[in-house]
Amino acid sequence: MLSIKNLRVSINNKEILKGVNLEVRPGEVHAIMGPNGTGKSTLASVISGREIFTVDEGEILYKGKNLLEMPVEDRASEGIFLGFQYPVEIPGVSITNFMRTAVNEQRKYHGLDPMPANEFLAKMEEKKKMLEIHAKLANRSVNEGFSGGEKKKNEIFQMAMLEPSLAILDETDSGLDIDALKIVANGVNKLRRPDNAFVVITHYQRLLEYIVPDIVHVLFDGRIVRSGGKELAIELEEKGYEWIKAELV
Amino acid sequence: MDGTITGGTTTREALLRLWEEKHGMLGSNDPERVSQLRHGAMEVFRTMGFPHIKLEKWRNTDLSRMLGNVFTFPFEARIENVDLDEVFKCDVPGFNTFMVAQYNGRYIERGNQLNEASKGVIVCSLADAFIKHADLIEAHFGRYADTANNSLTALNTAFARDGVFIYVPDNVVVSEIIQIVNIINSADTVFLQPRNLVIAGRNSSLKLVQCDDSIDDHPGFINAVTEVYAGENAVIDHYKLQNKNDRSALVNTMYFQLEAGSSLSTNAISLNGGLIRNETNVKLNGRGSHADVLGVYLMDRNQHVDNQVFIDHAMPDCTSNELFKGILDDHASGVFNGHILVRQDAQRTNAYQNNKNILISDKAVIDTKPFLEIYADDVKCSHGATVGQLDSEAMFYLRSRGISHDNARMLLMYAFAAEIVNKISIPQLRLRIDDLVKKRLRGELSVCDQCVLHCNAREQRVAFEIDMSKI
Repeated sequence: MLSIKNLRVSINNKEILKGVNLEVRPGEVHAIMGPNGTGKSTLASVISGREIFTVDEGEILYKGKNLLEMPVEDRASEGIFLGFQYPVEIPGVSITNFMRTAVNEQRKYHGLDPMPANEFLAKMEEKKKMLEIHAKLANRSVNEGFSGGEKKKNEIFQMAMLEPSLAILDETDSGLDIDALKIVANGVNKLRRPDNAFVVITHYQRLLEYIVPDIVHVLFDGRIVRSGGKELAIELEEKGYEWIKAELV
Repeated sequence: MDGTITGGTTTREALLRLWEEKHGMLGSNDPERVSQLRHGAMEVFRTMGFPHIKLEKWRNTDLSRMLGNVFTFPFEARIENVDLDEVFKCDVPGFNTFMVAQYNGRYIERGNQLNEASKGVIVCSLADAFIKHADLIEAHFGRYADTANNSLTALNTAFARDGVFIYVPDNVVVSEIIQIVNIINSADTVFLQPRNLVIAGRNSSLKLVQCDDSIDDHPGFINAVTEVYAGENAVIDHYKLQNKNDRSALVNTMYFQLEAGSSLSTNAISLNGGLIRNETNVKLNGRGSHADVLGVYLMDRNQHVDNQVFIDHAMPDCTSNELFKGILDDHASGVFNGHILVRQDAQRTNAYQNNKNILISDKAVIDTKPFLEIYADDVKCSHGATVGQLDSEAMFYLRSRGISHDNARMLLMYAFAAEIVNKISIPQLRLRIDDLVKKRLRGELSVCDQCVLHCNAREQRVAFEIDMSKI
């Protein structure tokens, strides 16, 4: 599904990713862990198409298509979703308007007619119910005045509305209390299907107690230095990242 | 047309000559005070002439090119046989207003009557008011406009002949929305000076929408002056909607006088226009009066918009709140000049002012200047001005959900303008303006939008061209 080969990425001539390889297959949940500043968020950004980075080498194929040649919005329509570490506040744009525009633009990309308004509103209600989001989202501006937890829940809500085939969640757990964390994790678990995949980027093992990964990768200094099963996350939690560093030296 | 001026003379000279020829006719129904005011105003214009860019308040708005036209000054008798429904049809769905119209500067008598006419509300031409309501003219005309220092207001006052006159007696709430439509439709390059007077008595309430539209692409110069008097505890909700062609110049000067406890909301919505200058002067003349002064402007190509706001806090316990937002693209230029004066007696004044701009192209320009002048000591004032581009993080966020670059940009611009549009308290009008703003941003709004005439000169539809590399 997602195939990253020897990805080298820099910003302002500073190399961040130094040859990343990653294969994600449908139905899998991958966790990417690692200390701060090792390139986790950069990897998420480059997959979703943030334009401030320079790809120096390597390729990213998604369902056989070359992602690096696609603009951000086309990648989204191809099924890639990025859950932001810091969701952006957009005063004046209501969540309903935002999501309806997004859903219909993705439909247009696939040659479909816009979703009828009543069908769309019913879908919003259904997803809110599924995610146990009670707040009256519809008329609020996107993320404006939201608490940290509300912003992250709103990311999961958007993911539920857009039904991506690959969701990359960039430190979705940061700044969440345990209740919000459970709602976020619960949402992900409910959205898991045999034909979609998740890449969960996190600094801590805590989230992985609720979203159980199939494969855990450790990203360190721009490279994936170790991959393993879910036990790897627990081992990391116990021994700390110093353990990996020590092994590498 | 009568009063045509041919080349070889400046517009100022032409007007001075016109004054010599016509002033007897102009002042035929003047009370003594107004007659003196008219002559005095003409002397002010004779001395000062048109404003020019060496004046501080006109540094960034240059009228000279527009004034270089050869103008016709229409001076016909009343226009009798214009079927307005043939010329102009307001296409606001469900927007039922009491419409009065000025056609090339002259009031059109349409024979329609306001519901509240039986309660003494008067809506008529200013020319009629000079004859039929001389007491009200005597009490209010020219009392609030600054004819001593503002040469354009002085010029308008000297030539004041027609316009809209509205009088609401004490304690009357006008339920209908009064819509004043100024239509310019002339094969000549006209110079027009409409003069309006609005008097709202104590505890009265009035909703007023002023629409300035061109329905062709001929150039023209409009020097409009409106005086508005709000008696004690009166409530006035006022809107200016401007959709003019690129070859027109519109200077729209408003003077609001607010007595104790009265409340004003005025909102200038500028969608198109070669040169638009809105001067909004508010005098908070009674304790506890309040003014909201709002505006939004969406300009592109070589359009120019200038908002000058002067709020005079003359009495204690008054509040004023200014917010202007603008989006400028291409070579468009904008000016915002907000002057708040808090006089020595105006204790416990609250005055806020903000001007926010988005420049889409690197050729677009905004000059924004807040200016607070405070002589009282117990005062809360704040001002701010921002100039920026569309937020690149927000762009990425929207696009990462599948929204195309163009639509993401449009959503952000729309959201920016929505802060002002959402403050429109008349629901049908808000929906209509909302729709016009969307159309404007999509590049689908032409000045002919509301016109049912399908003339040959129909303007080309214009796109809000945006250089994507700049975002």
